[in-house]
Amino acid sequence: MQTYFHQLADAMSSLLTGEEVYTASFNSEDSDFVRFNKSEVRQAGSVVQHDLSVDLIEGQRHCAGSLRLTGDFETDRARVAKLFKELREKRAHLPEDPHLLYATEVHSTESVASRELPDGASAVADIQQAGAGRDLVGIYAAGGIHTGFANSLGQRNWHSTFTFNFDWSFYHRADKAVKTSYAGFRWDPEAFARKVAWASDQLRVIEHPAKRIEPGRYRVYLTPAALYDIVGLLAWGGFGLKAHKTKQTPLLKMVEEGRTLNPSVTVREHTAGGVAANFQEAGFLRPDAVTLIEAGAYKDCLVSPRSAKEFGVPSNGASAMESPESVEIAAGDLPQSEVLSRLGTGVYVSNLWYLNWSDRTACRTTGMTRFATFWVENGEIKAPLDVMRFDETAYRMLGDRLVGLTRERDFILDAGSYFQRSTASGNLPGALVEEFTFTL
Amino acid sequence: MLAAIEARFARVVPKEADFCSLRLQLDRGESLAVRHGVLQPVSTAEDAGAMLAVTKDGGYGYAATCDLSEEGLRQAARRALRWAEETAGRSVVDFRKVPLEHPQGEYASPVETPWGEVPLEEKIDLLRAECAALMRDERIVDSSASLAWQEMETLYLTSGGGRVHQRFSYLFPGLRATANQGAETVTRTFGAYAYCRQGGLEVVDAVGWRGAATGIADEALQLLSAENCPSGTMDLLLAPDQMVLQIHESIGHPLELDRILGDERNYAGTSFVTPDMFGSYRYGSELLNVTFDPTRPEQLASYGYDDDGRPATREFVIKDGILLRPLGGTISQARAPGLQGVANSRACSWNRPPIDRMANLNLEPGESAFDEMVRSVERGIYMRTNCSWSIDDSRNKFQFGCEWAQLIEDGELTRVVKKPNYRGISATFWRNLKAVGDPSTFVVMGTPNCGKGEPNQVIRVGHASPACLFADVDVFGGE
Repeated sequence: MQTYFHQLADAMSSLLTGEEVYTASFNSEDSDFVRFNKSEVRQAGSVVQHDLSVDLIEGQRHCAGSLRLTGDFETDRARVAKLFKELREKRAHLPEDPHLLYATEVHSTESVASRELPDGASAVADIQQAGAGRDLVGIYAAGGIHTGFANSLGQRNWHSTFTFNFDWSFYHRADKAVKTSYAGFRWDPEAFARKVAWASDQLRVIEHPAKRIEPGRYRVYLTPAALYDIVGLLAWGGFGLKAHKTKQTPLLKMVEEGRTLNPSVTVREHTAGGVAANFQEAGFLRPDAVTLIEAGAYKDCLVSPRSAKEFGVPSNGASAMESPESVEIAAGDLPQSEVLSRLGTGVYVSNLWYLNWSDRTACRTTGMTRFATFWVENGEIKAPLDVMRFDETAYRMLGDRLVGLTRERDFILDAGSYFQRSTASGNLPGALVEEFTFTL
Repeated sequence: MLAAIEARFARVVPKEADFCSLRLQLDRGESLAVRHGVLQPVSTAEDAGAMLAVTKDGGYGYAATCDLSEEGLRQAARRALRWAEETAGRSVVDFRKVPLEHPQGEYASPVETPWGEVPLEEKIDLLRAECAALMRDERIVDSSASLAWQEMETLYLTSGGGRVHQRFSYLFPGLRATANQGAETVTRTFGAYAYCRQGGLEVVDAVGWRGAATGIADEALQLLSAENCPSGTMDLLLAPDQMVLQIHESIGHPLELDRILGDERNYAGTSFVTPDMFGSYRYGSELLNVTFDPTRPEQLASYGYDDDGRPATREFVIKDGILLRPLGGTISQARAPGLQGVANSRACSWNRPPIDRMANLNLEPGESAFDEMVRSVERGIYMRTNCSWSIDDSRNKFQFGCEWAQLIEDGELTRVVKKPNYRGISATFWRNLKAVGDPSTFVVMGTPNCGKGEPNQVIRVGHASPACLFADVDVFGGE
């Protein structure tokens, strides 16, 4: 696909007139998706798609368009020529854009991973074997994901990654289940077997009679997966410059009133440690890392080119959404092996679900526990818990009520596949929190 | 284009297939927005692709491709066949028992003022005027007026001669004003972007978008100085632009048959509803009447046929409070003998397979005038416009937040309060429905962003509702 995209980029350069410049980004995937229910296949299929987004610029006037490409060069060259003509005609009716900014220094990059993915049928066979005699539900997704950038100034960027992500649950009954995932670049049957064994062990605990607790404040342990969900909500407008400048960030009290989180909390966008591309749609490169919160205090924002121009600061290569794609929280000093004993009596939360704001400016979130959530007494798991709703501010759970973060962290590959498979990831510890508020 | 695809499909259907279908989707769209006085980048989008689906010996496979040449379609058909062969005998559904249809039909959205017939400058001027009205005070720190248009054309072909051709046009109008003072920020929108419908530019007037900006900005400023919503158990009157969300999350999703059958348990979740409840379970009070209605022409998710080719008809899902039928299409119905479903097997695009979806799910109007409902409340609250939604994976324990609220005291609407939230349990909440607004309170709305499925899909659904009054709801505010 790289050669094809570069051919198309050269063809687009030949379509320019006058002082025109173009920027173009390219996204492509060739993915297998196999969905499971009750340890059998529900839907199995493949998707091949290629997208091109172009911004046709002259001075400060521009007009953008996107096309689903066919993958056939001659066909697509003709369609792109037609698109350029339409954008040029439309641009004539548009005013200058005061916030237009695109990369004018040429920085070409290339990152091409090797393809070591298993044959889809053999992965399905392994999965069905693991599910034999159990109620397994989930999805296996695998294939190549390609991202490119080109402009008429000669910049070329390319990023290819080949990953699989088997995101699944073992169900006991109703809503009692254990969720886990096995994701990576090369399918290792032994590593998968270890995951299955771990989930099977958890499932045996889930099979015990469930306990109900009353709403109130409890000591809880949030696994890295649960913390990833909380950070995911914070990322919804929390770390972007536009959200800060327009006072819409949920971290507003950190910016306006100097509120802080616990000094052990440091949050970074660590592009070098993730699997997402290190360039964005206007051609700016991303630094290896941007520190968003340092030792509990607000540090830097993610800055897209438009925000950079609007607010007069340099861009740090953020995409238009200004959300982290490779988020990282620094490890703490709580050994994973001591989590249950340090939790003592309380709630072990494996997963959270459906988080949203109950008071955005106070950074107060609500959400549900989901999958394996356990009642723990004196450092021992006693019973699975029925689902509970929580309502709590980040300033408490990651602030003065944070007891500690684990020394070990989990690397989480996002299983999301809206529009196309995600390349987002997280590298996070677990969190021990006291007086965590359950409301329903 | 369509004739060429039909000819190619006829030549690429695998001889080994028991059934083969092609679902072509062609999309075009344009997005226009003025944010705080500045025209945002104008963008257009074109999409084209097809999904080939094959069943063989009880197995099923699909392959989606953006290469619509004969060779591209042939390769996709072969890939779908391979998946069908590999999953035969290992499938949760035995597709030999699924009566896949070979329908013939057409559908088209009603369009009075086509998007393309109004000059670009005119549409931008309209947005500039609305945005200027939003920026009426320096405390409005951010604002946006937007119009998005999408056109979709689908062609569904089957190996048994089925052919369904449907054309859709959608309009998505939006307004948003954000007001700030110190460390307090509030946002008010035009119905949380739920005033979206099928049609052309006439929708902006049909839903009252044009000229609404001044009121949106005024309400944002009122919220900025309003007191926090009080806590307590009280009567709750919900406007249609919150009922949209209430219906969606605590009636729509739990009634999706694929959730009840377990397909979604790893992602979107399961349901507190079980198959034995249909026909007898009291879902709500006798005032609760809910229809699956894809026949209302202007509503967002109206269509003639679903994506498995099933003809779409209006059906009562809940009548007089009793649960009647699930939201399940042809394939799910075949998996749940004895349950009658609806035509709701839908895919978000050519690159995702159909699954059970809501389409239009509407709460039918009752007999209570709005003022009458207010007068009946001694201590309560009136909430408008959803801004927060969260519900458990069985679709039972929910907590929702709204942009705007007014207290109801001794039968009168009184003070404005900010950050209103309420929580409850679906299984009991609807039984506390004590009044349903009459047709004068009924509004047709929808949402373009319902997420579900593995792989993930985001789709348009429609909801229409009157204002509704609930008793004894747990209400609370912000920090």
